[in-house]
Amino acid sequence: MKKKTISNILIHVILAVMVVIWVLPIVWVVLISFREEQGAYTTTFLPQGYTLDNYIRLFTETDLFNFPLWFGNTFIVAVFSCLIATFYTLAVSYSMSRMRFKMRKPFMNIALILGMFPGFMSMIAVYYILKGVGLTEGPLKLVSLVLVYSGGAGLGFYVAKGFFDTIPKAIDEAACIDGCTRWQIFTKITMPLSRPIIVQTVLGAFMAPWVDFIFAKVITGAEPQYYTVAIGLWNMLTRENINQYYTRFAAGAVIVSIPIAILFMKMQKCYMQSNAGAVKG
Amino acid sequence: MKGKKKSMEFQTEYTVMNGLKKGDIYTKLSAVILGMGNFARKEIGKGILFLLSEIAFIAIMIGFGIPSLVMLPSLGTKETGEVFNEATQVYEYVQGDNSMLILLYGIVTFFLIGFFVVIWRANIKSAYKAQLKKERGQAIPTFRQEMSTYFDSQLHKTLLFFPVMGILIFTIMPLIFMISMAFTNYDRDHQPPGKLFDWIGLSNFGMVLDFTSDLGKTFWPVLGWTLVWAVFATFLNYIFGMVLALVINRKETKFKSFWRFGFVVSIAVPSFVTLLIMNQMLQPNGAINVLLRELGFLADGASLPFLTDVTWARVTVIVINLWVGIPYTMLTMTGILQNIPTDLYEAAKIDGANSMKIFWQITIPYMLFVTAPSLITTFVGNVNNFNVIYLLTGGAPSTMEYYKMTAGKTDLLVTWLYKLTIDNKDYSFGAVIGILVFVITATSSLLVYRRTAAYKNEEGFQ
Repeated sequence: MKKKTISNILIHVILAVMVVIWVLPIVWVVLISFREEQGAYTTTFLPQGYTLDNYIRLFTETDLFNFPLWFGNTFIVAVFSCLIATFYTLAVSYSMSRMRFKMRKPFMNIALILGMFPGFMSMIAVYYILKGVGLTEGPLKLVSLVLVYSGGAGLGFYVAKGFFDTIPKAIDEAACIDGCTRWQIFTKITMPLSRPIIVQTVLGAFMAPWVDFIFAKVITGAEPQYYTVAIGLWNMLTRENINQYYTRFAAGAVIVSIPIAILFMKMQKCYMQSNAGAVKG
Repeated sequence: MKGKKKSMEFQTEYTVMNGLKKGDIYTKLSAVILGMGNFARKEIGKGILFLLSEIAFIAIMIGFGIPSLVMLPSLGTKETGEVFNEATQVYEYVQGDNSMLILLYGIVTFFLIGFFVVIWRANIKSAYKAQLKKERGQAIPTFRQEMSTYFDSQLHKTLLFFPVMGILIFTIMPLIFMISMAFTNYDRDHQPPGKLFDWIGLSNFGMVLDFTSDLGKTFWPVLGWTLVWAVFATFLNYIFGMVLALVINRKETKFKSFWRFGFVVSIAVPSFVTLLIMNQMLQPNGAINVLLRELGFLADGASLPFLTDVTWARVTVIVINLWVGIPYTMLTMTGILQNIPTDLYEAAKIDGANSMKIFWQITIPYMLFVTAPSLITTFVGNVNNFNVIYLLTGGAPSTMEYYKMTAGKTDLLVTWLYKLTIDNKDYSFGAVIGILVFVITATSSLLVYRRTAAYKNEEGFQ
């Protein structure tokens, strides 16, 4: 019995140490964002003084690094790509789960194969295609970003399809007998039963533009007024900017991370729910 | 046997072959003039749509498609430059061909042709169907009735149209464009506009795979490190994540949701933020070294070479990847743990098993059984793990040993691919590497995927 108590205490201590290690970098960003001394490297681990200045300057000194504008850009891109991507994902998932047609299996196999190419291998090609259509000039860059983030969304149908698979077919059949068309079954029966997976898809699609910087970097190029937050913050840490902007980077990172973290937690909850299936037995 | 059953499932007499063989004159005519069959059967709406698409296709092919296809084999012949004009006796600047655009337009043309073939086939089928219906005295559906089937029995066509277009334009077409670059010499010395590039067959593959060439001397070590990284990243994550999930889920562990929350917070923050911060913390004068100095583990001015020494850097990225990956693994494992069917436990208890025995003979085997297929997905994900390496080290420490210093000692194949294409414009070599990465991941995963129960028995729960 005693041995068990000791090992229990030990386990809790180890867990506590691990949690500290895991949370430390995040606490550190928050500390830096309030740090009074500027510059990337200091001689002490903890800040010597605290101030709100970094946040204020992030929003007021916008001539070179316009954080509020980037935030707006990202928000607009996120909303539109989220709408399109959610429709694409749900439409494909539903078709794969509920409809039976000749190209179904081939489509699923092709999706599997496409998923194995390095994602951004085609990035340059996408850029040239968008350029060919004239979507890489001025504000149209944001349209490009929306298209890039949502264009291939149909390939990410696995999770939602798995969820639709758990909705009993008997429900569809009953509705069919009552004279529902497939479209009505989709919109009036399947969708209302699928709240967790819809929320999860929406959140996932909404978050993508906030955290991606590979595509954004290629498409926005050297025009800071069309940056998304990720690419803007990344630029604050380049060699020539880091000393001046390091603390402001931390402030920006905190401001972006808070909503994203909340959405992520929410999505996590939905993920757990959707694992449990649509119709409780 | 299985294949036969499958092909029976969707069999119909309205096929293109039947239409061309057994169709009457109008049906056969619609192979040349689209929509003829429909017009003859008074399906005016459909007929107009088919005819219009044919006219549009011909117009596009004359204006755009055929010129593009003609140029495709040579990828352009005129180089941009100054040409002496005899008439005016001055050198004139002449805009040459742009090989990159020629290649792109050629591929777009192939897609248009493919698209037209789909329409053409639909047209024959539709004409033959209308013909048979008329012969048998069945009612031919009106245009409106026809349309309404797209919201019922043919709903998948409506639902899939835009997503599939998106996939074709933003995934498949760019991929083919990029793959075809692997067979050209589109590198830093052949940049359009200005210079032309040309088809050179398989010689890029030869150069990358050759042990003695500059590229080969980069490719093989980078491939080796990629595999080492992927194996370590995958298995360490798996083991530690599972142990963590089991420990938190133990009956005796208190504050379960608090521990979980602590770990989840770290992945809720966008990874580009945490990884960039880690990069700063691990610099020679970064926070970790400063902390070690303050605590007295390091002398003043001394620092641990986290990201500057090759071995240190490689171990560091694997460890940091554990930091990123363990919470994810822990979450999935927790989900699975909580979903182990309770009847398994009850049966074991009735048979008199104690908790140790239940743990080792039910929990662990069940977890391994359910999660083993996900190992291969994680492995593929790690081979393609761009973010961790690019944001954390950027591939550093760099080395003279590698091809034109395009890669560093912690670069994976994917980050090298990125640097080759974005920073150095060696598109041809980048494309070759992309294809080789695909070959590695595809062969390792397709075999495993097709064996999993989820793939074979996807309708098990319906």
